[in-house]
Amino acid sequence: MLRYTIRRLIQLVGVVLVLSLLLFAWLRALPGGPVSALLGERATPESREALTKQLGLDQPIFVQYFKFMGRALSGDFGVSTGVQPGDSALDIFLQRFPATIELSFLAIVIAIAVGIPLGYMAAKRRGGWFDNLSVGGSLLGVAVPVFFLAYVLKDVLSSALGLPTEGRQDAIDATRVTGFFVLDGVITQEWDAALNALEHLILPAIALATIPFAVVFRITRAAVLDVLDEDFVRTAESKGLTAPVIRRRHVLRNAMLPVVTTIGLQTGALLAGAVLTEKVFSFAGVGQALAIGFERRDYPVLLLLIIMATVVYVVVNLLVDLSYAIIDPRIRTR
Amino acid sequence: MVTPTRKKDRIDKLAGTSSDAGVSLAASAWRTLRRSPVFLTGAVIIGLFVLVSLLSPWLAPHDPSDPMLIDQVIKARNQIPPVQDGHPLGGDLQGRDFLSRLLIGSQQTLIVGVLATLIGLAGGLTLGTLAGAFGGWVDSVVMRLVDVMLSLPSLLLAFSISAMFARPNQYTVIIAVAVVQIPVFARLLRGSMLAQRHSDHVLAATALGVKPGAIVFRHMLPNSLGPVIVQSTLVLATAIIDAAALSFLGLGNPDDRIPEWGQMLGDVQNVFDTHPQLAFWPAGCIIVVALGFTLMGETLREALDPKSRR
Repeated sequence: MLRYTIRRLIQLVGVVLVLSLLLFAWLRALPGGPVSALLGERATPESREALTKQLGLDQPIFVQYFKFMGRALSGDFGVSTGVQPGDSALDIFLQRFPATIELSFLAIVIAIAVGIPLGYMAAKRRGGWFDNLSVGGSLLGVAVPVFFLAYVLKDVLSSALGLPTEGRQDAIDATRVTGFFVLDGVITQEWDAALNALEHLILPAIALATIPFAVVFRITRAAVLDVLDEDFVRTAESKGLTAPVIRRRHVLRNAMLPVVTTIGLQTGALLAGAVLTEKVFSFAGVGQALAIGFERRDYPVLLLLIIMATVVYVVVNLLVDLSYAIIDPRIRTR
Repeated sequence: MVTPTRKKDRIDKLAGTSSDAGVSLAASAWRTLRRSPVFLTGAVIIGLFVLVSLLSPWLAPHDPSDPMLIDQVIKARNQIPPVQDGHPLGGDLQGRDFLSRLLIGSQQTLIVGVLATLIGLAGGLTLGTLAGAFGGWVDSVVMRLVDVMLSLPSLLLAFSISAMFARPNQYTVIIAVAVVQIPVFARLLRGSMLAQRHSDHVLAATALGVKPGAIVFRHMLPNSLGPVIVQSTLVLATAIIDAAALSFLGLGNPDDRIPEWGQMLGDVQNVFDTHPQLAFWPAGCIIVVALGFTLMGETLREALDPKSRR
């Protein structure tokens, strides 16, 4: 188990190194390079030359890369040019990351809380109207562009439910402790602040949850269908075990393995979906920074955020793989 | 709980009297699909979509790039041309006939979807076949490359690739959406190839002295195509949706003389609350077409899965 974890972590370092090299090359390959990105296309030749020297761009590319890696290891990823001009890219990430974690966490909770029970019920009623309706709904969920759904929620549903549609929290006097606004409110017992932050999360989280929900639902349904067919379920039934016991011990436990894998893979959809959803709801998270970064070509911020998104994605999937051992005791003995 | 029909199937299987005995997978899949209302729904949607996009130059009542109603666009009062005679859906923000744009838009949307899928498929087929057929160091190199690509969430990778181009256009959108699909196809092909390398039919072909190239192309590749076809159908749907997401982030094709649904949807993000119809129409078209491809893909997957054969 430990050896497996270490091997995966070493692989992650490899992936990040290759990715940083690719992204770095990409940054340098831009038409005009970072100088144009920083100064705009109408800069004078003198100012371009000065900045080229200042940034060390007159040196060979591998020297530049090692210098960049050296700075990166000490936490210096460069200064933002578009998202929050003048701020360091690392600060922007650290400031915004808790917001995206809060949002994604709520979204995945919604997806699981709705997807797994619904998937189980649909499998039990296979072929019935409930099954057909929910399968149809899940297919529709994947077909709707996330940002369009976000706009529909924002413009149609928000007024009906009286929910806020912009930002992370109203301008209320709240104490900041961790950067997680809901958690801060709970810790400091400023309940109104926590509630307000939570209200701001609901609509974006619903928009973000649609795709993970649809996938979790379908995988649960398929896995439960597979398990329901197994002999041990029939044996359990013939032994006279009650339905809830069979459901918990025999069906759900055995059906969960593929579902957990899927949940890990859905972090990817969440990260990309956050870019779209956070933009619609002006939610100051990593996704919004990426959206603005793409729009204004803020390369230092993009470089760091894309690498961090990759790290998060790979680490979450590693954790998911490790959690197999808890669900399936057979893996532990291997 | 065992439903009556499934019990019957199980008995059939035990007795070896399944009605499908001796029928090839493709033939049995077609028999299932022909009678599946879900598959037929998807097929009708996609059939109509392809038909409309092919005929759109004749179906569209006006030139989609002609701002013929521009005098009815009043920026200060936030007005756009309303529904009127000869313009059943009114006009857009530039005073162009909206129905014509939707109809012509189907063509570009189809092109984006098909080209992106074909490029992704070609790249994935090449890499996957190389890795699966040769194994060894080729496999290692290809799969490490694929792993790096897969370690980035796919849509985020598409965004990053688009951002590489200083001036996005129609083709950069297609490339960005296509490249993302390459690792998926490559993995799919490689897995299937590897599984077959030691299978009986390949062993038999080798023993008969069939050349390695012929084994790969005549024996291994055709047997891997089922999952590839399913994946392609599903990718057609995601490609169209992803292209819309690129436009939404300003990474799409800025030239809107020839419209595309994703672009039409992404471009009206700032007027969504005042002119929702400008978003609802292209969004509705995208949703229906994506649903059509998904319905076909999912039913194909079920029909081609030997486990679900009865």
